[in-house]
Amino acid sequence: MTEIERKQYRSPVPSAFEYAPAPEARDIVSLDERYGLFIGGEFVEARSGEYHASVSPASEEPLAEVAYAGAEDVDLAVGAARDAFENGWSDLPAGERAKYLFRIARVLQERAREFAVLESLDGGKPIRESRDVDLPLAAAHFFYYAGWADKLEYAFPNRSPRPVGVAGQVIPWNFPLLMLAWKVAPALAAGNTVVLKPAETTPLTALLFCDVLRQAELPPGVVNIVTGDGRTGAELVKHPRIDKVAFTGSTEVGKEIQRAVAGTPKKLTLELGGKAANVIFDDAPLDQAVEGIVNGIYFNQGHVCCAGSRLLVQESIYEPVIAKLKRRMATLRVGDPLDKNTDIGAINSKAQLDKIAELVRAGEEEGAEVYQPPCRLPERGWWFAPTVFTNVAQSYRIAQEEIFGPVLSVLTFRTPDEAVEKANNTAYGLSAGVWTEKGSRILSMAQRLRAGVVWANTYNRFDPSAPFGGYKESGFGREGGLHGLEPYLDFEGKADTFGG
Amino acid sequence: MAQAPALPRGFELPLEPRLPRVGSVDQVAVEERAGMLARRSIKRESKLFALDLAVRMTDLTTLEGADTPGKIAALAAKAVRPDPADATVPSVAAVCVYPNLVPFAREKVDGTGVKVASVATAFPAGQSPTDIKVEDARRAAEAGADEIDMVIDRGAFLSGNYAKVYEEVRLVKEAVGDAHLKVILETGELGTYDNVRRASLLAIAGGADFIKTSTGKIQPAATLPVTLVMLEAVRDVHDETGRKVGVKPAGGIRQAKQAVQHLVLVHETLGTEWLTPDLFRFGASTLLNDVLLQIRKEKTGRYQSPDYFTLD
Repeated sequence: MTEIERKQYRSPVPSAFEYAPAPEARDIVSLDERYGLFIGGEFVEARSGEYHASVSPASEEPLAEVAYAGAEDVDLAVGAARDAFENGWSDLPAGERAKYLFRIARVLQERAREFAVLESLDGGKPIRESRDVDLPLAAAHFFYYAGWADKLEYAFPNRSPRPVGVAGQVIPWNFPLLMLAWKVAPALAAGNTVVLKPAETTPLTALLFCDVLRQAELPPGVVNIVTGDGRTGAELVKHPRIDKVAFTGSTEVGKEIQRAVAGTPKKLTLELGGKAANVIFDDAPLDQAVEGIVNGIYFNQGHVCCAGSRLLVQESIYEPVIAKLKRRMATLRVGDPLDKNTDIGAINSKAQLDKIAELVRAGEEEGAEVYQPPCRLPERGWWFAPTVFTNVAQSYRIAQEEIFGPVLSVLTFRTPDEAVEKANNTAYGLSAGVWTEKGSRILSMAQRLRAGVVWANTYNRFDPSAPFGGYKESGFGREGGLHGLEPYLDFEGKADTFGG
Repeated sequence: MAQAPALPRGFELPLEPRLPRVGSVDQVAVEERAGMLARRSIKRESKLFALDLAVRMTDLTTLEGADTPGKIAALAAKAVRPDPADATVPSVAAVCVYPNLVPFAREKVDGTGVKVASVATAFPAGQSPTDIKVEDARRAAEAGADEIDMVIDRGAFLSGNYAKVYEEVRLVKEAVGDAHLKVILETGELGTYDNVRRASLLAIAGGADFIKTSTGKIQPAATLPVTLVMLEAVRDVHDETGRKVGVKPAGGIRQAKQAVQHLVLVHETLGTEWLTPDLFRFGASTLLNDVLLQIRKEKTGRYQSPDYFTLD
């Protein structure tokens, strides 16, 4: 608004408390029209010659052209990483490696707003989340692993840890920069070099991250970024000169990767899907539990592998919990991801939106009762209103399959035993939540739930020092913490405990 | 939301039959929720709406030993016409004074719509015999106060004598007749959010029309999480009984921004229905001028010097 307009501003006070739009300015981000592949410290043209637009899911507007790397491109990137590994990086004193990681962390902090805006633009997540969750956590991961780089001998005493070599990493679209940090930070701290493939729909923050690497003066070839779709990922995973594969994404693709890696000496960690149970006992602080339910499933539009997508409520408090939940859902603000007051942003892609809609239809057909609060969805872009299903049976698809969208299925239980049985009765085992005032019950539930992460009286809380990973079809290997270093290290003559 | 009242020991008293279960509050989660709502970005028209509402919800307060009739007259004039330069700025809700000064305040605001509120019941400590506290409140009401702000007996509450707290609220409510009863919990002395919730429900059961955070004499006074816990208690009572109880954060709210944050809390917890001076108030003395300054800034695009706003 210009100075003159402000002077004339005399509009009457409105009659209701409607929040005026509060968009974060997007001019802090300047994008190139077209991005090549980041190989050996330089952006190079893709030999495949294939380029596609990365699109903003909130407006369907193309943001930039991005290369799709083919076999030859991937080979070049792996070659660059191999070269960097053998000629310098792995011999660098560990303290020097740590310095680079610290620098990356600091530059990320300095440029946090720019990254947050781009993350929301390219991925559709609310700016509130990219600003308050993704960016601080991504920087924290680099800081955390920078600290480990020169202490590996103490982290794994008497095991002579040494780097594995070149890591091929494939990451998903739900937390693009954060997943990059989860992968790159421990790999570099352990002395490896990296070829990373960001997701097809959200490559831009990874490409902007290349600029951070240059600012930090990381030696060329230590981190290489090859953009593309599933074909690029497949080329990377099966490349003979990589030593370690790390993948976060769907269980389906995870299984393919495991097949591709079988019979090779490559180390593998997989962080796959989930169908987490969020268990609410009758002595829980109800209003805060409802906040936890909302945060568990509607955070990041439900595009969270550890989302609390199955709500298990003790029968005696079923009615108040559902009433409170529905009322709370009505206050969720769906819309422009760049608006600072938005709680739920855009669905990441058309394909994902179709998948969510298909499963919701299945839920209705199977006989579950659906509720969506009244909300106006924007006309352009891909959106899905927050949804809750009640009267859900354990056998329904919506209680079994990962929806990866803002859709919650509610089941009930009567006793702690029944809660454990229902919570564990799934092919997945990534995470779970427990809400109770009783400390002893928290501990017993945490022991009995077959999930890599169990949150007590909170949900979706992450910290670089806490290992994260799954049981069963949610994958294997841990990221974060001391455990997160292990998959990136070889040890003298001993079998690994994780991610072998 | 039918829930039988599950009351812990010490609560054996004639509470309303359908009082919501007492329940508990998780400190980490409630502070996180309040913090998240505090970061809502309220701009332009919505900010002006909130500021205007904040003026209409203010209980302009002076509670000093040095208060005189002259001071009350100045305060009352400000209450009726907060910004003489801008006729669109509404009057505040009430002036809040000590019982001795009620008649002077009454005289100055009569016919303007601004109410007179009086603290009572051995304010601020409440450490006097029950009959004296009840009499204190009765006299204040008789002197012309429309609203009585009483304090609960924190000593009794903290020692588990909930029945005494309840009984005093009930007796005062009876004594003040038609006057609106605001019950001050003095949350800064209660120690936990669980206690804030418990005291809120006790006061409401005893007949409070409003529950109020603080006397303003103890720090911390009104904080966002405390107000949120009280709003949630009020919401549960409304769900259970249909009864509407007001909330008044008081003490420590000095900036317009804090007032707007509180209004966001009310809006997203209890909804539009509670966005009225009948059900939400701010107890404050210095807040008003900052709100006036912000209103002027929203309307003109410029910040004025504080010298353009009267100190009363």
